[in-house]
Amino acid sequence: MGTADILIKFALIVIIFLISLLIAMYSTYAERKVAAFFQDRVGPNRAGPFGILQPLADGAKMFLKEEIIPTHANGFLFIVGPSLAIMTACIGSAVIPWGQKLTIGTHVIDLQVTDINVGVLYIFGVVSLGVYGVMIGGWASNNKYSLLGAIRAASQNISYEIAMGLSIISLLMTTGTLSLREIAEQQHGWHWNIIYQPLGFLIFIVCAFAETNRTPFDLPECETELVGGYHTEYSSMKLGFYLFAEYINMFVSSAVMATLYFGGYNFPFMHSLGLSENWVTILGVIVLFAKIFFFIFFFMWVRWTIPRFRYDQLMDLGWKTLIPLAIANIVLTGLWMTFIK
Amino acid sequence: MSIFYFIAFLSILFAVLVISAKNPVHSILYLVLTFFTFTIQYILLNAQFLAIVNFIVYMGAILVLFLYTLMLINLNKDSEPVKSNIIKIAAVLGGGSLLVVIVACLKQVGISQPVLLKDPGLGLVKNLGKVLFNEFLLPFEVSSLLLLSAMVGAVLLATKDPKTT
Repeated sequence: MGTADILIKFALIVIIFLISLLIAMYSTYAERKVAAFFQDRVGPNRAGPFGILQPLADGAKMFLKEEIIPTHANGFLFIVGPSLAIMTACIGSAVIPWGQKLTIGTHVIDLQVTDINVGVLYIFGVVSLGVYGVMIGGWASNNKYSLLGAIRAASQNISYEIAMGLSIISLLMTTGTLSLREIAEQQHGWHWNIIYQPLGFLIFIVCAFAETNRTPFDLPECETELVGGYHTEYSSMKLGFYLFAEYINMFVSSAVMATLYFGGYNFPFMHSLGLSENWVTILGVIVLFAKIFFFIFFFMWVRWTIPRFRYDQLMDLGWKTLIPLAIANIVLTGLWMTFIK
Repeated sequence: MSIFYFIAFLSILFAVLVISAKNPVHSILYLVLTFFTFTIQYILLNAQFLAIVNFIVYMGAILVLFLYTLMLINLNKDSEPVKSNIIKIAAVLGGGSLLVVIVACLKQVGISQPVLLKDPGLGLVKNLGKVLFNEFLLPFEVSSLLLLSAMVGAVLLATKDPKTT
């Protein structure tokens, strides 16, 4: 590995990091516009044409707000909470294959930061680590509502992680690999995993909603019961980090869903268009982002359509419906693999 | 090798902080860091699967549950149990004799011969799966039965009176 390769890798990491932040920024704008559309309003339209500068204005506001650390809060852990939340949100994108290989001169650029052979499990590990940010922040605030929010987040994440893991197992049985690059390559030419694993995908997307704390599963920050949930005591950019982490998580989980079930960067007739390899790769990246944007829109669509669950209904759905369904899916996949395929 | 010693030092440092921290929640967070250093050690040994499973199961699930339980328990100074002096003296005597045994053992320690694996890629998922489901199938299945019985036991303990439920 020469210096040029290291520089290319470094540039790739920086670009992906910046894209995640940019998409998270404009997701806040999109969320408000989508909400406005669903509620027959105009939405933000003051800052710039169509309100396009709204995220910048929001960011400036966040930075200029007063920074408050409550007197009885645990000072160090109060800062660690949001930092951990945003860190775990940002490291998830490291194993996602954004496209095929680009060839520039003699350099072959792999559009993936790292292709570890336990990629799916890495994503899963990062997801399970994400709950620490919420728990530590909620506990360190020294506030009853924050603590209740943190505890809800922990129990919800652990419950839905099990169903999510089980739904991934049946996917791994059909693909036979844990590397996200290989999973994406196998789906070339309409062999999208959604066709083989429709039930698995349904379970996965429900769990993704729960893991990112999005409505209808946003009970950790349920404002009708818990004021603001785990971030009740937070203000200024520390609150901004929590909100930002949620949008980055949404982006990463959309990317994971697009890669695992919807063919990743593959698109129909990609090798019969008569374009050169580099153009096919660039088109593939654009197609992957189109799929990701669709899923981000789906997250928002559900948020403004379905009301919030009650807490016991949430637990019932997780333990009594999704886990048995996921186990049944594993058994069915096993039977299908042995007898039909 | 120097990375190994640095990480091993960190493991021991965090492990000591786990038992010396005053606040139980801080102890758990140091325990999380201790397990994280174990994950790094597994990666250094090229055991990727074990590393990531350690990461998911211990850091992501078990310690979250620890933290969850600790947050619910009332851990004020006044509710802390105060032990009597006899118990303290007994604890000092017990700990002291354990120290004597450990020192006696350390006298016989020699430098171990490092085991070189024939296949350095043994820790990768594919190879590990083949070994577990061919060579060690019986112990593997028996240990899964052990986990199942532990789970059944936990459910049995959690339901206080079987008649009312």
